[in-house]
Amino acid sequence: MTQNDSRLMLEVRGLNKRFGQVHAVNDLDFEVRRGEVFGFLGPNGAGKSTTMRMITCFIPPTSGSVRVDGMDTAGHDLAVRRKIGYLPESTPLYSDMTVSEYLAFVGRVRGLSGQQLKGRMDAMFSVCALTKMAGRQIGKLSKGYKQRVGLAQAMIHDPDLLILDEPMSGLDPNQIIEIRNLIKKMGEEKTVIYCSHILSEVAATCDRILIIKDGRIVATGTPDELTAGHRSGSQYTLRAKGDKAALKSGLEAVNGVSSVTAGDGQDGWFDLRISTGSKGDIGEEIFSCIVKNGWSLSELRRDHTSLEEVFTQLTGGGK
Amino acid sequence: MNTVMAIFKKEFTSYFISPIAYVFIIVFLIGTNFMYFQPFFLINQADMRNYFGLLPWVFLFFVPAITMRSWAEEKKSKTIELLLTWPLSDAQVVLGKFFATLAFLASAVALSVTIPVTLFIIGNPDPGPIIGGYVGALLMGAAYLAIGLWISSHTENQIVAFILAWVVIFVMMIIGHPMVTMKIPALFVPLFSYLGLFTHFESIERGVIDSRDVIYYLSMTGVFLYLNAQSLGSRKSE
Repeated sequence: MTQNDSRLMLEVRGLNKRFGQVHAVNDLDFEVRRGEVFGFLGPNGAGKSTTMRMITCFIPPTSGSVRVDGMDTAGHDLAVRRKIGYLPESTPLYSDMTVSEYLAFVGRVRGLSGQQLKGRMDAMFSVCALTKMAGRQIGKLSKGYKQRVGLAQAMIHDPDLLILDEPMSGLDPNQIIEIRNLIKKMGEEKTVIYCSHILSEVAATCDRILIIKDGRIVATGTPDELTAGHRSGSQYTLRAKGDKAALKSGLEAVNGVSSVTAGDGQDGWFDLRISTGSKGDIGEEIFSCIVKNGWSLSELRRDHTSLEEVFTQLTGGGK
Repeated sequence: MNTVMAIFKKEFTSYFISPIAYVFIIVFLIGTNFMYFQPFFLINQADMRNYFGLLPWVFLFFVPAITMRSWAEEKKSKTIELLLTWPLSDAQVVLGKFFATLAFLASAVALSVTIPVTLFIIGNPDPGPIIGGYVGALLMGAAYLAIGLWISSHTENQIVAFILAWVVIFVMMIIGHPMVTMKIPALFVPLFSYLGLFTHFESIERGVIDSRDVIYYLSMTGVFLYLNAQSLGSRKSE
């Protein structure tokens, strides 16, 4: 292992955290490359927040090490904290301050002052679309605006590493799209670690994903790798018109098809599901089989294994 | 240093956002003025000895009210997780908060300036003991505040923080009092009376600043601020 790989923004080695009898984080090993948007996935209670708290120096690990930009959190904790922008899980903010008072306060704590502070605050107001809310008390803002204040707070010092713990919780779909775009924009130049249990979100924003369960890594890779790695065959859904028994036996004869199930018909149309044994695409064969037999077709689609299914499989949603 | 200032400013102004601070200050001023002036014309002396004599007891209620929210609220609203992941040492945060509470206490005490002004109008008091008394009161207040802050760092419930701070300060006050020192083995008497917050206020009450008392209050303040920083660090072993 190289000691100081400059391409790595974050290096986690053999990380453990115990709270009494509970082994919250169990021997985590992973790294995040510079400029990556890294999804950190897991069901509730899997140890996501605990891991983030160790990376941000809020709590120290029981054993193992965390290096941010080559610096160990043990011994360089102030330097590490300067590199990180952090939005904790429940977006804790001082609700009695106004948005601009709060950002100015965080900026000063982060060592900004004068013109530099003003410049960064203006930048945050426009990036997070908070200009109209500058004079409002944080406690009176809607959840979506609070979340933006939390993001602005995390980015005010232009950090190299941005850590967002469940940034979408409690937001409505429009707000989710806004915050997602914001994160994508940040991800163009920053390294972002994005914790979530909402898979579609992570799949849409992240370059690489790590899934943990009970404090252990169960999978890691790009969204495509994860879905491909867990697909044992393909599924097709089609809606065709013809004789039910003939449809079923005709399609079963297609090369590669392992099973066909037919649902209840209506006016001669049937919904059929086809499973294949291999990963290859046999859409064309299915189509020509339908045409050859003179049946009618109104729908044919190949179902992708979603990240959702992979997640459920890996984290044992059904046990 | 700038970061300590940032914390200080934020904490200090946050007192004045809610009306509670004004209520506290008004109750404090009315209470102390009333208790001081009630027997004033009976005693018929233009000094503030009785006023400073009241302060240890008034502070017993006033100081826990100032410190109760300092950490408890950060814990309850979880803002502590952000505060302690910003690039600040635990000592910087503790000092920023402590000086904010001290400034708040000092502003309340400063508003009692009407008393010496009245004395100078109607009589001819000696200014030395009055200045000494104010300085001593702030030193004692600093020690109370450090205890209150330390207690607040152990709970997320402000009421619990208030009551515990009251109890601890009360115990620290009376251990040096004769009603305790008369009942304990003679061996411990010097220790207890040295540790008592009260013992050291006797000469300050008269307006005499003794370096031993100053050292005592400063070291009490230092010890409890240190314990406060330690208890922030104790999240680390949870």
